[in-house]
Amino acid sequence: MAYPYRHERETRILSEYFGDPEARRLAVWRARGGYAALEKALNMGPDAVIEEVKKSGLRGRGGAGFPTGVKWSFMPKDSGKPHYLLINADESEPGAFKDRELLRWTPHQVIEGALIGAYAIRAQHVYIYMRGEFFEPAQIVARAIEEAYEAGLAGKDILGAGVNIDVTLHLGAGAYICGEETALMNSLEGRRGQPRIKPPFPAAVGAFGMPTTINNVETVSTVPHIIKNGGDWYRSFGTEKSPGTKLFNMSGHLVRRGNFELPLGFNLKELIYDVCGGIPDGRKLKAVIPGGSSVPILSADEIDIPMDYESVARAGSMLGTASVIVMDDRTNIVKTVRRIVEFYAHESCGQCTPCREGTAWLVKILRRIESGQGTEADLDTLLDLGRNMTGTTICVLSDSAAAPVASSIKKFREEYLALIRGGKGSAATVAA
Amino acid sequence: MAANEPKNTVTCTINGRTIEVPKGTRIIEAAEQLGVGIPHYCYHPGLSAPAMCRMCLVEIEGAPKLAPACVTEVADGQSILTESPKAREAREGVLEFYLVNHPLDCPICDQAGECKLQDYVAAEGRKHGRTIEPKRIFGRDDFGGDILYYGNRCIMCTRCVRFMREVAQDDRLCVVQRGNRSVIDTFFRDGLENSPWAGNIVDICPVGALVSKDFLHKARVWDLDRYPSICPNCSQGCNITIDTRDDRVMRLKPRANPDVNSYWMCDYGRLRYEWINREDRLETPLVRNDDGVLADASWHDAALVLIERLKALRGTAPVVIVGSPVHANEDLGLLGRVGDLLGGGERVFRSARAEDEVVLPGFPKLARRRDLAANVRGAELFGYRRVGGDDGRGGLDGLSTAGAVLIVLGDELLDVPETFGQDAAFFVYMGEYPSPAMRNAHLVLPVTTFAEQEGTFTNYEGRVQRFWPARHAPGLARPAWQVLGVVLAGLEDTTAPATAGDAFLRLGEHFAELAGLSYAVIGTRGALINEPVDLIAATSTEVR
Repeated sequence: MAYPYRHERETRILSEYFGDPEARRLAVWRARGGYAALEKALNMGPDAVIEEVKKSGLRGRGGAGFPTGVKWSFMPKDSGKPHYLLINADESEPGAFKDRELLRWTPHQVIEGALIGAYAIRAQHVYIYMRGEFFEPAQIVARAIEEAYEAGLAGKDILGAGVNIDVTLHLGAGAYICGEETALMNSLEGRRGQPRIKPPFPAAVGAFGMPTTINNVETVSTVPHIIKNGGDWYRSFGTEKSPGTKLFNMSGHLVRRGNFELPLGFNLKELIYDVCGGIPDGRKLKAVIPGGSSVPILSADEIDIPMDYESVARAGSMLGTASVIVMDDRTNIVKTVRRIVEFYAHESCGQCTPCREGTAWLVKILRRIESGQGTEADLDTLLDLGRNMTGTTICVLSDSAAAPVASSIKKFREEYLALIRGGKGSAATVAA
Repeated sequence: MAANEPKNTVTCTINGRTIEVPKGTRIIEAAEQLGVGIPHYCYHPGLSAPAMCRMCLVEIEGAPKLAPACVTEVADGQSILTESPKAREAREGVLEFYLVNHPLDCPICDQAGECKLQDYVAAEGRKHGRTIEPKRIFGRDDFGGDILYYGNRCIMCTRCVRFMREVAQDDRLCVVQRGNRSVIDTFFRDGLENSPWAGNIVDICPVGALVSKDFLHKARVWDLDRYPSICPNCSQGCNITIDTRDDRVMRLKPRANPDVNSYWMCDYGRLRYEWINREDRLETPLVRNDDGVLADASWHDAALVLIERLKALRGTAPVVIVGSPVHANEDLGLLGRVGDLLGGGERVFRSARAEDEVVLPGFPKLARRRDLAANVRGAELFGYRRVGGDDGRGGLDGLSTAGAVLIVLGDELLDVPETFGQDAAFFVYMGEYPSPAMRNAHLVLPVTTFAEQEGTFTNYEGRVQRFWPARHAPGLARPAWQVLGVVLAGLEDTTAPATAGDAFLRLGEHFAELAGLSYAVIGTRGALINEPVDLIAATSTEVR
């Protein structure tokens, strides 16, 4: 069942065993077909594995949507250096909770995918970098790794195929920015968790200076299914450019919240009103953040769109991690945006000036507007700062903080103006 | 054949001007070669580039985003624009972000006048600030040693952290916290105390966040006069500027020289300048008159006495010369030549020596050398022999001055017995400061310190480097080379050298190591002396 709710329109590939604690046990997992894909992959050879994943069209599920097979093919074939596969389990985006469930319920799915990935890119070591607050998933994954070692599925001479791949669980200290792949590498190495300038790209100079690939938990979890059933099978789900299924993490003012696995391209309106049962208490929809807190906000009349990478981008936002945050008509948009930007101000690593100073400045202005001390000129300043913060920094945290501000001013300007003009005549002031 | 070789240069245009540079050259370096300055904070040529200040963003035509010039390598055919509207807007935006929290306390900030934030904001910042929000407050932190940190002014370029990590290789600073709560801090209670190199972080701090306690509120930098010079405090010969106000030395700062000290200097040298300001100076020549009293005399009279007496004693009296390794080659060399003309004899110098060298790990060519004077090598070159202990005292007892011509240059002789020089036939004391040993001198001649004259020092590896006068000579004090030049003219019946450069050329005539060198050849970076040091042979005994 799709945890904690299920729906008949789901296509459950990754989430089949969500909610079933038995699935965490290696014996049960193997009885259900687990690690068969690893065995198959070891017989195919690394290049064939990469080819199959390329054929499937699988795109990275961490938010950017870069084709996974292509990313793997960037890894050098005979560098003579150790290679690393890093599994990004630092899920920290407000609104995102898909990786957590994959780690909690199907740790062996993650480990198997990671092992196949490591084999494909000729890595001898997998690091699962997990955010520090994931106490329960960390315990579950640590136990699963032990089981895998005991069963000869990880470590030396995996399944007798002469392949050595170690798997290490590493807990972060709870900084959002460490989910950025280069900051993750720095953090893993024991440095300050702040993004590195690219180039060099991780495939050339990554963790510990060695060729490295970083994959999202959901991405590698998909890999065993692709190897088992073939790339063509995977392409039978989703759209031409966004194949496969995706975990949609639904939160906010919805009747049914949680993870729902659906093919990419599923209509957002149907997702909200059918799969999730619509808005509770007869309220009306006001706004939707379709891909986690860092993407531009959509207004209620913009949601009749397919949820795939291209369509959401066309609508002026991003699919991101498909973490859909739904807000009903009681929501104070200015307060919501202020809270989101506060998060980014708190999590900015502080390297780049536009981000370090800009995020905190946005918060100050938004707070002032919220308290009734704002002016209309502040809105222009906010938009201008947002522009100065976009595309001018090493990573995209700065852009992420600017996006909700700009989109909310564009789409909900009257709410800002209501606060500026004395807070009368707007629903925004009701619930604040 | 040549056509098949991989091309190792790239050609691009910067603001429409074409330049060819080696592959791997960064935009900021290529631009500098064209004389195009790109504003920057975190980039420093002596450190790694984290590309985080975002000041150096430039437009590359056709690229979707602006590129940080400090890390982006020039590619063939690129058209780089540093002054396009996009690049200017980006800089204006970044500067505005800096001013969100940077206090406008320039009137009480030591950095004002040499502050990169001040400069860039004045040049390219918004005319009016838009922030009305209260600024965040960190206050002041004593980092230990000579370093004071004003957190509010810090722009988080992390140059100081990277200097300590990469160059001093003594990880004592770090960034703590994140976002706009980021602040530089020390790890341990000692902070930067006893770090031999910490002073450099004050130099490289682009704003007034890191300031020197020694210089704190001492002078406004626009009131300073800056003179290129050489650090006198050890035989490394770091290139420095002497910054003076009203003829007093306020501070020493390193001057970049890739062959000697890169961009750095040690705190030992940096903080030892007060002696240059000493006011207990000899200001007029003194000649012992018939009553046995040292009386003021004109240079004319003093020189006549000097030449006359030396001519009379030439070839008959033994010669003893005590030199000083903080005097220029010109001074020591001409004095050596005078000694030779008088019949050779003994030449000695005394110099304090430290127990160990203090090497800068990130630039090991630079060290606080054991010899705590700038021209030990020069003195040795002119035939002076080191005497005395490592404290720079003693060693003169063995000199036989009976009936001799005794000439002392620049040695204060604080530790000699009352009888020193009493038995000399002619005792000339050439010095900066009055000395108790003058009681036996027949002639006292006031000379300038290195900071008051032009000249050269020869450093530990034989690099001859020029320095320039930084302050006025007190009273009638003159450079020793000038006085000795007149003496030489008298003894040899030639003309006296008119300039320090002339004096240096004279040295080349008599000391083979300096032949072929001139002030023009030495330039601002120095030149190695022509000496038969074969490093390979010196390290391999098998060959010989």
